Amino acid sequence: MIGFVLFFAWLGFGGDYVWSLQGHHPFPWVGIVLTIVAILVAWYAYKTGPEKVLWATGARELITPQDDGERQLANVVDEMAIAAGVPRPRVWIVPDDDPNAFATGHDPRDSHIAVTRGLLKICNRDELQAVIGHELGHVKNLDVRLMTTLAALVGAVLLVREGMGRTMMYGGRVPMRSGGSGGSGGGGRRSKDAGPLLAILLALWVISWIIAPIITQLLVLAVSRRREYLADAMGAQFTRNPLALAGALEKIEGAAAPTTAIKRGVAHLCIVDPLGRRFTNREGWLADRLATHPPMSQRISRLKQMGYVELKKEGGSFTSSGRG
Amino acid sequence: MWVLLIVAVIAVGWMIGAYNGLISLKNQTVNAFKQIDVQLKRRHDLIPNLVNAVKGAMDFERSTLEAVIQARNQAVKVNASGPEAMKQISQAENALSGALSRMLVTVERYPQLKATGNIGQLQEELSSTENRIAFARQLYNDTATQYNTRQQQFPTTLVAGLAHAAPTDLWEIEDQAERVVPQVDLSRR
Repeated sequence: MIGFVLFFAWLGFGGDYVWSLQGHHPFPWVGIVLTIVAILVAWYAYKTGPEKVLWATGARELITPQDDGERQLANVVDEMAIAAGVPRPRVWIVPDDDPNAFATGHDPRDSHIAVTRGLLKICNRDELQAVIGHELGHVKNLDVRLMTTLAALVGAVLLVREGMGRTMMYGGRVPMRSGGSGGSGGGGRRSKDAGPLLAILLALWVISWIIAPIITQLLVLAVSRRREYLADAMGAQFTRNPLALAGALEKIEGAAAPTTAIKRGVAHLCIVDPLGRRFTNREGWLADRLATHPPMSQRISRLKQMGYVELKKEGGSFTSSGRG
Repeated sequence: MWVLLIVAVIAVGWMIGAYNGLISLKNQTVNAFKQIDVQLKRRHDLIPNLVNAVKGAMDFERSTLEAVIQARNQAVKVNASGPEAMKQISQAENALSGALSRMLVTVERYPQLKATGNIGQLQEELSSTENRIAFARQLYNDTATQYNTRQQQFPTTLVAGLAHAAPTDLWEIEDQAERVVPQVDLSRR
């Protein structure tokens, strides 16, 4: 959060610096405005995120279990909450036949876990437990808070870039296109010690404005992927049964049709990519950079490695397709 | 002169952080230990319900049912504290687990019992309770290990004395007989 606000302060005060070079009033109001905007956006996203997400999917809260499946789900969530050492989250069921699950909620004391009907149908108790363990791993690591903040960051960078672009146009002297030129940073600038260092700094600042949204988005996706691996590992740690999670992921991938109830904004919170985006499953440099989730085969093989390591110690044997 | 001051401030800051970390872990360990008790109590409360539910149909298995009730009462009576606490509680609870599993195996021999939805539900509750006890113990061991490790790692050992940090015992199986894999013989009747 602090980094988010500081980033904006940097961008904002940089803008003021450019203005001061052009002889306008030195009061850094652009910096202040941007910082305030950043604070407001962060606060708003923080407060309203989780409820909106649940409402958008049409989920129904599980308060008293109606049948065996729901009872099992309630018990499984309780067990995992004990193993994770977090308070019991609220459980929601999403009426979609495609298997998926996600967790929201900024604080472990006020967290929500949602599973789809499809998941309840195809997973057995152990696999369901492993998926819930993965989601509780997200909750315990405060991943939701992290990803919401980052998403707000991306949105705000885009927003402010529009604003700054327009302001600079009206300022007249420094059109956005001139960012690459090494020499003079802008016509009409009259400061005396212009020096090349200043111009380079200015150029860098303008370039970073242009690519800021792209870089931010890529950073957010990279963070998202690492957190998915971490949540997989935590799920395996809570259940002490990594093969169960590997099995669950295989089943989910086998059944994968896009989960229509879960919209784009929530994609990074789910256990598998609900939009069924093709590049999520491809490996390779570009796909790796653009996906919110790591490639499924990689996740499964990492989990299997954890499992086979266990089997090896107990003197067991593994028969299926080699070492993932 | 200034450098010394800054170093001193950083050192004190670190000490405060390390001390607080140890205190936090100690309290988490104690909490995790008590969590086991919460789940054990839940099991104690659940057992009379289960026995009542099967009593009608299992008239011939009197002794098994009575064994369970007795073991449960014993376990409830154990109210130990101090270093021997874990051992006594473990013994009583293990005895109860043994009696319970024998009873559950016997229930399997009465198919008409399974037909009534109640038993299925109670069995799910029981197995969930056993899972919870296991996970509570797992959490306790994990937290205690974290606490022990933090105490013993290098810079924090300097502060450990100040924080009255003592290594805690992990939950472990006392009775070697427990480690034997149970034989399930499905050939009779």
